[in-house]
Amino acid sequence: MEEVDVPALNGVSLDIAAGEFVAIMGHSGSGKSTLLNLLGCLDQPDSGRYVLGGQEVAGLGPDDLAGIRNRKIGFVFQNFNLLPRTTALENVELPLYYGPPIRGAARRERARSLLVRLGLGDRLMHHPGQLSGGQQQRVAIARALVNHPPLILADEPTGNLDSKSADDIMALFQELNREGITLVMVTHEPDIARYAKRTITMKDGMIV
Amino acid sequence: MNTVITMRIAMRALIRNKTRSLLTALGIIIGIAAVIAVVAVGQGASVTMQKQISSMGNNLVMIFPGSSRSGGFHGGMGTTQTLTADDGDAILRECPLVRAVSPLVRAGAQCIFRENNWATSILGVNVQYQDVRSWDIASGSFFTEADLRSASRVCVLGKTVATQLFQGDEPIGQTIRIKNMPFRVIGVMAVKGSAAWGQDQDDTIIAPWTTVRRVLQNSAFDNVNQLILSLASMEVLPQAKQEITGILRQRHRLSSGADDDFTITDMTEVTQMMTQVSRLMTLLLTVIASISLMVGGIGIMNIMLVAVSERTREIGLRLAVGARRRDILMQFLVEAVVLSGAGGLIGIAVGVSAANILAKINNWPVVISPGAVLLALGFSAGIGIFFGFYPAVRAARLNPIESLRRE
Repeated sequence: MEEVDVPALNGVSLDIAAGEFVAIMGHSGSGKSTLLNLLGCLDQPDSGRYVLGGQEVAGLGPDDLAGIRNRKIGFVFQNFNLLPRTTALENVELPLYYGPPIRGAARRERARSLLVRLGLGDRLMHHPGQLSGGQQQRVAIARALVNHPPLILADEPTGNLDSKSADDIMALFQELNREGITLVMVTHEPDIARYAKRTITMKDGMIV
Repeated sequence: MNTVITMRIAMRALIRNKTRSLLTALGIIIGIAAVIAVVAVGQGASVTMQKQISSMGNNLVMIFPGSSRSGGFHGGMGTTQTLTADDGDAILRECPLVRAVSPLVRAGAQCIFRENNWATSILGVNVQYQDVRSWDIASGSFFTEADLRSASRVCVLGKTVATQLFQGDEPIGQTIRIKNMPFRVIGVMAVKGSAAWGQDQDDTIIAPWTTVRRVLQNSAFDNVNQLILSLASMEVLPQAKQEITGILRQRHRLSSGADDDFTITDMTEVTQMMTQVSRLMTLLLTVIASISLMVGGIGIMNIMLVAVSERTREIGLRLAVGARRRDILMQFLVEAVVLSGAGGLIGIAVGVSAANILAKINNWPVVISPGAVLLALGFSAGIGIFFGFYPAVRAARLNPIESLRRE
């Protein structure tokens, strides 16, 4: 059988300035996840360029990409992706293991203060299974923030949450954005997209 | 990411699945324990053997009288009475390769001291016997040439006999009765232990051969049961055998066509056979243990593959938050090595205890060499690396996007 290349993204040209809060909308298959993977340096474009914070990313090796993901990007997922049977504190510490060496006490303190700030000061030693969906997502956000990245990428961050928790998370995002963090969020819910400053809609691999 | 943290992550992952980790490590535990126990027992056995063989004496050669043949009957070895103490003296005189010779006259008798009695063997020997057997005296003294000439009723006790008859009292200077004849105890031999065939060498009484022959056996003849002699070294054995044969044939006036009327034996065959048996056993058990280790390694590989597939999302997440491929590789490799290494450590503990228990039950010595223990530990870690590598590579090659999507 002959293989046919189907470009997931086609002629996408997108500038996101530092400090923006962008929502990417579109139906499944529209290419929004592919775009987010490219932005998150999880995937490399077959052709084209991606400049992140002034650095040309396309063409970098896997280790360099890992370094960028570690230092410059925080990920927030729909299903939280917390390590099971691992405390909230340790989940938040995780990215610090892969960055520059840091002493254990300093590492714990950074994770702890973030969790306290996100209102989880009394949940440090809880495992994900002992936390509500909203709390789990907060832990995930703390993990995304622990390396002070300038950019946070969220893939349907409220997809598994009730509307109350979803509003809380969005309020948190807005707060982070006000502090200068650039946020790019994929969602298919217009209610959620409304929290962003700018909305991009995609269809068939192109920005509409 | 540093090694300590990698170790800790691996430990945590293993502790999370305690039962599974233990069962997986069991293959290694059994393998290593078997290796350690087998090597310990094997080395213990070979040390015992060496000791027993050397306890026989220095470069020992024994000469027995040959078989008699008369009127169609062919008696067994020792049925002629052709070997005499003079033969022994002649050998010592004429063959410079022989260091010492003692005749051996055996008698069995009931020995009595006051209310205690004990049946034992009486060995009639000469003064060189101590030298031939390299057997020290523990207290008192050995008999002298004068005792030998006058067939004095003196005796030296083996440790077992001394204990049985005297129950802790001082034997030297006391008089015991052998076949109802009084003998003065002049010495007690040092402990010799059991011979290679298990006989207690200390359960004996040593007396001048002349005394045994004249007094206990009531015989005027000088023929003896055996000559026991010590060579200068084992290398000269073939030459010494040849020379001794010549001397004895001449003394016994054997015509050139006649069979020898004596047999010369030495310990080399016994030693070789015993060494070979123990080496074969060790080899066999090592092969079995290696197969068990191999199976254990495959078990580790299997469980690591399961772990990689179970934790695909975890791997995807770690990659997303900045883990490099080599971090993932190391994480799973270290996990496999910790698993097999811990199995190795437990296996060593189990093996050492098993060897000690076996030793206690069977009264064997065990020799646990640090070399074998270190080798076992290194080997188990090696198994972890070898069998953990493929699963670790599989983990490191996972695509982060697909891994994150995996349910």
